Amino acid sequence: MTVRVRIPTPLRKLTGGSDEVSVEGASVRAVIDNLEERHPGVRERLLDQKGDLRRFVNVYLNGNDIRFLNDLNSTVKDGDDISIVPAIAGGR
Amino acid sequence: MATISQSSRQSPAGAERQPVPAARARSVLELIGDTPLLEIRKIAAGLLRPGVRVFAKLEGFNPGGSVKDRAAAKMIEIGLARGELKPGKVIIDSTSGNTGIALAMVGAALGYQVELAMAANASRERKQILAAFGAKVNFSDPLEGSDGAMMLCRQMIARAPERYFKPDQYNNEANPLAHFETTGPEIWRQSAGQVTHFVAGIGTGGTVMGTGRYLKSRRPEIRVIAVEPDDPMHGLEGLKHMASSIVPGIYHEEELDDKLPVSTEDAYEMVYALGQIEGLLVGQSSGAAMVAALRVARQLKQGFVVTLFPDFGDRYLSTNLWVGWQRWRREDFARRLDKWTGRANATT
Repeated sequence: MTVRVRIPTPLRKLTGGSDEVSVEGASVRAVIDNLEERHPGVRERLLDQKGDLRRFVNVYLNGNDIRFLNDLNSTVKDGDDISIVPAIAGGR
Repeated sequence: MATISQSSRQSPAGAERQPVPAARARSVLELIGDTPLLEIRKIAAGLLRPGVRVFAKLEGFNPGGSVKDRAAAKMIEIGLARGELKPGKVIIDSTSGNTGIALAMVGAALGYQVELAMAANASRERKQILAAFGAKVNFSDPLEGSDGAMMLCRQMIARAPERYFKPDQYNNEANPLAHFETTGPEIWRQSAGQVTHFVAGIGTGGTVMGTGRYLKSRRPEIRVIAVEPDDPMHGLEGLKHMASSIVPGIYHEEELDDKLPVSTEDAYEMVYALGQIEGLLVGQSSGAAMVAALRVARQLKQGFVVTLFPDFGDRYLSTNLWVGWQRWRREDFARRLDKWTGRANATT
């Protein structure tokens, strides 16, 4: 399963400036784990020490907030679109 | 509120505050400033040495609901005086929050149209408040953050440059000047000159720069400490992580005595605590300011620490600030408070 992940400005330093990366994974959590493999530092910014989504981070799967789906266990399929959006218009 | 503001305006420093009739004003703009200073006693109880007190300046009492009223009014006042803003022109800026609301309020009061560029993920409350003041808002991609809003604003101006007046809070010296002329003197008066430390968040840097400059002009030993998010990826609306940001032209870090990083989680927890322990519902930047103020205060033997709460919390009720708050427990908070404030590294 390859999905497209859109990266917000505060995390682009970790993705070498890319605003979009393609990642494998069968669930949102797996996608984040694979993202971490390729771009170390991403996971700790998205998840807390317990492995839950940090409360100021919103993740959208095909435009739907995963908190209203199956959270990090939401399943993804080929060609899906994931957006990581900080709760605020922060960054720069 | 009017009673308090009127009495603080008229009372000499340290004088006993007498109730006076509500202020009578001719414009909402005259009600900006003279906000109350509240001692935060219950959260700080048992944490600080007996000679140390912590106070918060409650900027939510401004008519537009935030500290940004001060800078917005001053930038527009000076724009008018210089002839850069005149009838027929439109006030424009990019903003994710309180400055937009302040500009919209001041614009409405003075009869000027206001147009704003903001990221589409701004809270529902903000969008409605702006609409209520008659401002026109254009939305940018949330993934592009405030950079995206800035770019959109530039495009809007480029289409008709002669039409707009852009206050540019990041580079306009009227912003810190507003705090040099009002916030600083108010804190000096309200503390009867006893203030030893001023702790405030960095958004544009206007508050901490202008207030700090005034306080140091009265007594150079007063320490001025800035608060910033601990990471570029944060949820502290209104605050800037300087190392990863375009540094505002009005921000001069060399004038600060220290800068303390605060995590989003710690700030959010403090917001819940301020609500349930002090009866004060504030926004997340106030939570961050309070965490830092306690870290500073905890290291002191004697001190009068003043921090600044930029706004109240009712405009964040629909935001991530309240995601998972039901898990907050007062008992856990007491333990965590000890840990947060104990790991301070401020050289105060």
